Amino acid sequence: MKTRFETCKLHDCRDAFVMTLEELAETDNKVVAVCNDSVGSTKLGDFKSKFPERLINVGIAEQNMVGVGAGLANGGKIPFVCGAAPFLTGRALEQIKADVAYSEANVKLVGVSAGLAYGELGATHHSIEDFAWIRALPNIPVIAPADRIETIAVIKWAKDYDGPCFLRLSRVGVPDLLPAKHIFKLGKANRLREGENVTIISNGVLTHRTMIAADILASRGISCRVVNMACVRPLDAKEILAAASETGAILTCEEHTTFGGLGSAIAEVVVDNHPVPMKRLGVPGVFAPTGSANFLLDEFGMSPESIANSAQILMRRKE
Amino acid sequence: MLPFELRKIANTIRKRDLLAVYEAGAGHIGGEMSVIDLLTTLYFHTMSVFPDEPNHPNRDRFILSKGHTALALYIILSEKGFIPKEEISTFLQPFSKLNGHPNRVKVAGVETNTGPLGHGLPIAVGMALAAKLNGDSWRTFVITGDGEMQEGSNWEAIMAAAQFKLDNLTLIIDHNRLQQGDRVADTNNLAPFAPKLEAFGWDVEEIDGHDMQQICTALSPEKISPNKPKCIVAHTNKGQGISFMSDNVSWHHRVPNKEQYLKGMAELERAVL
Repeated sequence: MKTRFETCKLHDCRDAFVMTLEELAETDNKVVAVCNDSVGSTKLGDFKSKFPERLINVGIAEQNMVGVGAGLANGGKIPFVCGAAPFLTGRALEQIKADVAYSEANVKLVGVSAGLAYGELGATHHSIEDFAWIRALPNIPVIAPADRIETIAVIKWAKDYDGPCFLRLSRVGVPDLLPAKHIFKLGKANRLREGENVTIISNGVLTHRTMIAADILASRGISCRVVNMACVRPLDAKEILAAASETGAILTCEEHTTFGGLGSAIAEVVVDNHPVPMKRLGVPGVFAPTGSANFLLDEFGMSPESIANSAQILMRRKE
Repeated sequence: MLPFELRKIANTIRKRDLLAVYEAGAGHIGGEMSVIDLLTTLYFHTMSVFPDEPNHPNRDRFILSKGHTALALYIILSEKGFIPKEEISTFLQPFSKLNGHPNRVKVAGVETNTGPLGHGLPIAVGMALAAKLNGDSWRTFVITGDGEMQEGSNWEAIMAAAQFKLDNLTLIIDHNRLQQGDRVADTNNLAPFAPKLEAFGWDVEEIDGHDMQQICTALSPEKISPNKPKCIVAHTNKGQGISFMSDNVSWHHRVPNKEQYLKGMAELERAVL
């Protein structure tokens, strides 16, 4: 039998992003979008029709794109710098470091089709190192919303936040998971399901799979806590330590390499403060083979069934 | 301000720079001497800036993309009143606001943190775009080194500036013919710059980057071509003003010993202004 999260309607978070950006641009002419020829893949076509002067397409030139964003912020604009996540972060990493993070420029970086979203296109197009790269930089929050509700909340927050941030959006369909009136708070995770035996922490498209895994575990008599942790930096250490002390085991799931992402960040907090058994699921330090995003997530042990199994195996390590 | 007055200020700044490098035991003196006349003219003749309100929305914007010559900018900012003159003596000292590359968070008057080369021009394009979108009349200026133009990001920005018709943007290339390790001509020779920039749709002017009158004229608003970004190729000398440093590749970031310091200072004191 399928669980409730397997049968509900799925949404592309990019739609929620552009809809919200257009709303914000209607009421504040400081809001501008900057892109790298990616009007289609970032779904900025309607934005361009409504605000032709405020859609700045620099062409296929990511280093310039990020620098232009920093300059626009200096001139009083609120630039949302949008591009496919692997190129925005990988190609322009030094600009993100020097022009945005170190300069504390009010630039909103939006990495679209992040993670394994471009599955079949190959590892050049996978963005599974971006958490690690950007969370190593001071001053710049790293945020991966889980559904369209959280995406809307994060975009609204980003517009009002006085400083840089990196928002990581997928194109893989996900259902509504967060409460309809969710308000995003920087560094605050959301407990989507109470549980006592084990905690699963995830973000982005993995939170959907995690919720299904929790239903599977419940059917096996296991009480699993689910925490959606959109902020890879700053981390909600309080929620992590609550999970450690109250459930005694933490499983992390992410659409990212296991080297340096959400799981690593959580492990740092756990090891420093309250060591408990942990298991980190993700792409295990390899270039992924050919296949769709959903195929690859299954392949790397992140089907709901596999996540549930990993949680059970982890629980055996509890004292 | 008249050219002879600008020359006096530039001479004062060169002397302070030489002393600061000598005392700090580090710096990029060659490139500082080459850029000081350009900086002096920008800050004491061309640009509208507001030391009492450094973030005034209508200020002209300036980026020192060749950020390793930060000391020259710090001295200019101190002469303009953005930072105290005494602060220059803290250059490179522990916890000084004045590290080896400009920092906008720590130093009033700095617009963006530079250091890695090829970053300033893209940011300047964004600034100039913001002014256009706002309908503001302030201008954006950026100085790059000539070796720095080897960074590909500059050429991304050069394309964009022409595409966006940014006639409120001025790029000044400090063309002193030397980069850290060798002559530009013997490394990756981009010269001549003018035809390349012209081919990309820019309005280009070549000047003597140590002739205050020529710098003033080239920077004046009357010299703007509508709808075209402007590039000034400023022919300069690395180490300008100090004979044994001038056009000498070994003085990129060499530090003078006492004898060299005294000789250099004596030359700057005797300079005919």
